[in-house]
Amino acid sequence: MRDIFWLIPLVPALSTLILAVFGEKLPKKYISFQACGAVFISFLISLYSFLGLLKISPTEYPVVKNLFTWIHSGNFQANLSFQFDPLTAVMALVVTAVGFLIHVYSIGYMAEDRSYSRFFTLMNLFTFSMLVLVMASNLVLMFVGWEGVGFCSYMLIGFWFEKHSAANAGKKAFIVNRIGDAGFLIGMLFILVYVGSAEFTNINNAVASGSLSHGLVTLIAILLFVGATGKSAQIPLYVWLPDAMEGPTPVSALIHAATMVTAGVYMVARMNIFYTTSETAGSIVAIIGAVTAVYAGTMALTQNDIKRVLAYSTISQIGYMFIGCGVGAYAAGIFHLYTHAFFKSLLFLAAGSVMHALSGELDMRKMGGLKKYMPYTYPTFLIGAIAIAGVPFLSGFFSKDAILTAAFAQGQYFVWALGILGAVLTAFYMFRLIFLTFHGKERIEPEVKKHIHESPPVMTVPLSLLAFFSVIAGYIGLPVVLDKNANWFDRFLAPIMHKGHGHEAHLGIGIEWLLILISVIVALTGIFIAYFFYLKKPSIPHTLVRRFPFLYRLLYNKYYIDEAYDYVFVRPTLKGSEFVYDKFDLNVIDGAVNGAASGTGFFGKILSFLQTGFIKDYALIFLLGAIILLGLLIF
Amino acid sequence: MIPTYYFLILSAVLFVMGTVGFLIKKDLITQFMCVEVMLNAANLAFIAFARSSSSLNGQIIVFFIITVAAAEAAVGLAIILHVYRQKKSIKTEDSSLMKG
Repeated sequence: MRDIFWLIPLVPALSTLILAVFGEKLPKKYISFQACGAVFISFLISLYSFLGLLKISPTEYPVVKNLFTWIHSGNFQANLSFQFDPLTAVMALVVTAVGFLIHVYSIGYMAEDRSYSRFFTLMNLFTFSMLVLVMASNLVLMFVGWEGVGFCSYMLIGFWFEKHSAANAGKKAFIVNRIGDAGFLIGMLFILVYVGSAEFTNINNAVASGSLSHGLVTLIAILLFVGATGKSAQIPLYVWLPDAMEGPTPVSALIHAATMVTAGVYMVARMNIFYTTSETAGSIVAIIGAVTAVYAGTMALTQNDIKRVLAYSTISQIGYMFIGCGVGAYAAGIFHLYTHAFFKSLLFLAAGSVMHALSGELDMRKMGGLKKYMPYTYPTFLIGAIAIAGVPFLSGFFSKDAILTAAFAQGQYFVWALGILGAVLTAFYMFRLIFLTFHGKERIEPEVKKHIHESPPVMTVPLSLLAFFSVIAGYIGLPVVLDKNANWFDRFLAPIMHKGHGHEAHLGIGIEWLLILISVIVALTGIFIAYFFYLKKPSIPHTLVRRFPFLYRLLYNKYYIDEAYDYVFVRPTLKGSEFVYDKFDLNVIDGAVNGAASGTGFFGKILSFLQTGFIKDYALIFLLGAIILLGLLIF
Repeated sequence: MIPTYYFLILSAVLFVMGTVGFLIKKDLITQFMCVEVMLNAANLAFIAFARSSSSLNGQIIVFFIITVAAAEAAVGLAIILHVYRQKKSIKTEDSSLMKG
């Protein structure tokens, strides 16, 4: 395998530089060509490196390319070095493949935007940062990518910064992420102090050899997971993701569905030895993931904003990935990450296509019956919804089932039950979305209806490709019941995933079939309820709302968590800052500065009586002084 | 050979003339010229000592002083020009902003 994989992040970086410097002057066609081309080249190199990786034996993982020593201070050393192993390969392929399709889609979606070049500069910068994140061979460089994607996310959420809500959403995302990053940073510092190296191989060896105490491993694992909850929008730091939908839809698809928000899952999978060694940390991850999966699912039930439903759905699906990681089935978690990237970005792009057709309308109450106007968007959206709902033979079914089976096999029945409950909710809210948007009565405003149109091919072709992948992506990780060697994905990732000590999970064939049957029934039930509620008898939801007004308001207002955070954290901070400004800054600090100035002025005033202002007097005093000095020197 | 102290006497006379001139004259240009005379009095002393001790050091210092004096003349004249533009006068008693 020729080592050219380190070029993968550098191609988008180069493109970013060119666009950042000359972007405003270049024609739109060229910008689109370069931005998409750069990501496509990265994709080709990733593919080439992936094929190369298949040829070498697993003992040679990971392949590391050290470009240069970046920081060298005392015992500590951090290199600018990239690595390539199965986990990186999966991530790099997902980022570049999905990223490329979304870039292409953006050509159509952003065509009319004034800041066309800024958009593509940031998109390329994001791709670069994300690739640095997944390819870094040490924690410090990974953190650079981690912060880089956070910055791009902030810039792109607030892309239409003239809109007050968009600017605020960007700030919110950035600040909430900072809280998580503090945890990540502290965890990283613990590793640097106790392991003495940031390289993943050294960290793995140190933990495997048991040179870190068990409590320390748990502490580090939890701190790192705090970072993951921030980036991957899990309880309690999920609040930024729904607001992040203020950004352009391709951004929601790329950053807030397919890639960046899954960085936390990648990080946990990359540091899997911590979570395997410390069962406490593993259980915390699984439980947080399971609770988030259900909790976010319930919030998605009542939302009317098409993108917000998808946002809560993303939070919920990432919860599943964390269930996988928490119960030790890292491969299953990453597998869900990989399938989710396809169908969730598909859903977002299709939603963007709907918005495009309806002049930016987001409210599902003003849609309905769009099926006949959108002959390409509708089927692709439907495929995405079926895939995420967990209907058999599409990708989402295989990955979700792998996670739930693993949870069951590990004896985490509570987590498994929550997962099943989440699956019903998923199927229900996705098909609620479908039925409200594409079926039923038209509730479109007459003004909007005049301009209704299907999107141009530059948008529908990426949709079709993503729909294609949403269908077939699951077939590289078939459940074991079908064939003992069917799960190629598991075996591919196995060399870098550490096995827990103790029970190697084995379920009987019968139980596995039963579990699969349960997930199928659950998915179909959810779809059926949605059908019944929103097509068959549209009066039912209203009756329910009237019957349980408190529950409805609680869900509709997202459990009042935003208000609670505002009340508990934001307002006291603002009040406190105001108080300090008023009392301390204005009196003490300004007092000291002004006092110093007026004191100087006062003493200057006294001394200025010596000044006459006449040059001759100065010259005379100067002369006398010189004579006195001379006299002193001579005598 | 002319004794060194002749030069030194001339130098001292020139220096005192410059000093006194600076102190009693009222316009900046004349005072400026007086400063130049003082500088050249010092130059003369340097040259005289350089000759008597047959060393080049004194001469080199003189070159430096001439260079610095040229620069100083440029700056000084510019300042005087600006003082004139501001005050329409180059009398020293008209410029007394520093008076406390």
